[in-house]
Amino acid sequence: MEGFTGTGLACIRSDRVVFAGLDFAVSPGDALVLSGPNGSGKSSLLRLMAGIAAPAAGEINWLGRPVRDDPERFFAAIHYVGHRDAVKPALTVRENLSFHAALRRGEAQIDAALDQVGLSALADLPARLLSAGQTRRLTLARILATPAPLWLLDEPTIALDYRSVDRIKSAIADHRAGGGIVVASTNVPLGIDDAKTVDMAAFAEDNRTLWGDTVDEFPAGDSA
Amino acid sequence: MNAFIALVARDIRIALRQLSDTLMVIVFFIIAAALFPLGVGPEPNLLARMAPGILWVTALLAAMLSFDRLFQNDYEDGTLELLVIAPQPVWLTALAKIAAHWLTTGLPLLVASPVIGIMLNLRPDGYGVLMATMALGTAIISLVGALGAALTLGSRRSGVLLSLLVLPLVIPVLIFGAGAVEAVIGGFPATQQLLVLGGVLLACVVVCPWGCAVALRMAAE
Repeated sequence: MEGFTGTGLACIRSDRVVFAGLDFAVSPGDALVLSGPNGSGKSSLLRLMAGIAAPAAGEINWLGRPVRDDPERFFAAIHYVGHRDAVKPALTVRENLSFHAALRRGEAQIDAALDQVGLSALADLPARLLSAGQTRRLTLARILATPAPLWLLDEPTIALDYRSVDRIKSAIADHRAGGGIVVASTNVPLGIDDAKTVDMAAFAEDNRTLWGDTVDEFPAGDSA
Repeated sequence: MNAFIALVARDIRIALRQLSDTLMVIVFFIIAAALFPLGVGPEPNLLARMAPGILWVTALLAAMLSFDRLFQNDYEDGTLELLVIAPQPVWLTALAKIAAHWLTTGLPLLVASPVIGIMLNLRPDGYGVLMATMALGTAIISLVGALGAALTLGSRRSGVLLSLLVLPLVIPVLIFGAGAVEAVIGGFPATQQLLVLGGVLLACVVVCPWGCAVALRMAAE
């Protein structure tokens, strides 16, 4: 199948099975939302998807071919936003973004990306002066600065105010309208209600209950 | 290649903005070398005899101070994950980090060493070969040290562990580096020592970035 798929994925961290037998499939223009309580493996799955960690079992395919056959082709096609911001406090906002854009392929649009996340006015300020939310916006500007068809977002809305969340929602909508794929772990609705959802709790070892109650009863915005 | 230049430029820029970290290594080099005349006495002939050895040992120890932060910041703030999944080989990324380290640490040590040579009464004919061996030696130290830094990434007390790992590996650099200077001062050619150092450098250029890449992938995982 075209798009981004995974079959029979398992993740083991320090002798503990985080999840096993997990399948997913996303076609161009679609989105996949990972839900589940803290510690259910949302971040671990995103790290497997991004190729940072190797799955203990199973295979991930990009455009019908296994990722591990040609990792560089796959890496050129993704943007990964982890829960750490990868922002250097000593560099200015623009220098930070330009550096990350230079690592990726494709023409970089630094100013347009800064404008889109509302950081144009702060572009020449050292990043250490930014607030937590502004730092997160700078991180998200990375995915707008260079084109890549697959976005892997780990809790993208953490520390953001509602206006910034709206900007991210519209950026995701635009990306999908252009045939892009979004995989996001989140507890905040991202305006992608038509997306498929993987409930990570279902893939935990022996489907054990990770938390006493259902996920919905917990406040939004926690990180995995 | 774009990413290589961007990475070198970024590391140099950060080093210049956080100049105190960079200068710390040089200041340590100068102070440690200045302790020897105080310890063994200011007798000019004795110092001249010991100068090549003192220069090399103190330069080596000063360089050790710089390795714990080589990959540490990128590891802690999540940049390392992004470097590992960037669409270029990780060994090239490691080589860029090593090149930036040499430019911000090895090169200043190289520039400072003749000044310390004067302080230690190094014979005038020793300076040329001192600079030549220092240029080769600091590059080898950057390469081997980066491998050690990548291997100890994420472990507790990585600074001490790193020194225990790297110092034994750079003993040949010390022997041939100091030996070359002593040979020239004694009136012998230092071609052999320079050739050995050059050979070690070539081997390190091939092996160390590759080893770094493997270690960095493991650390990011």
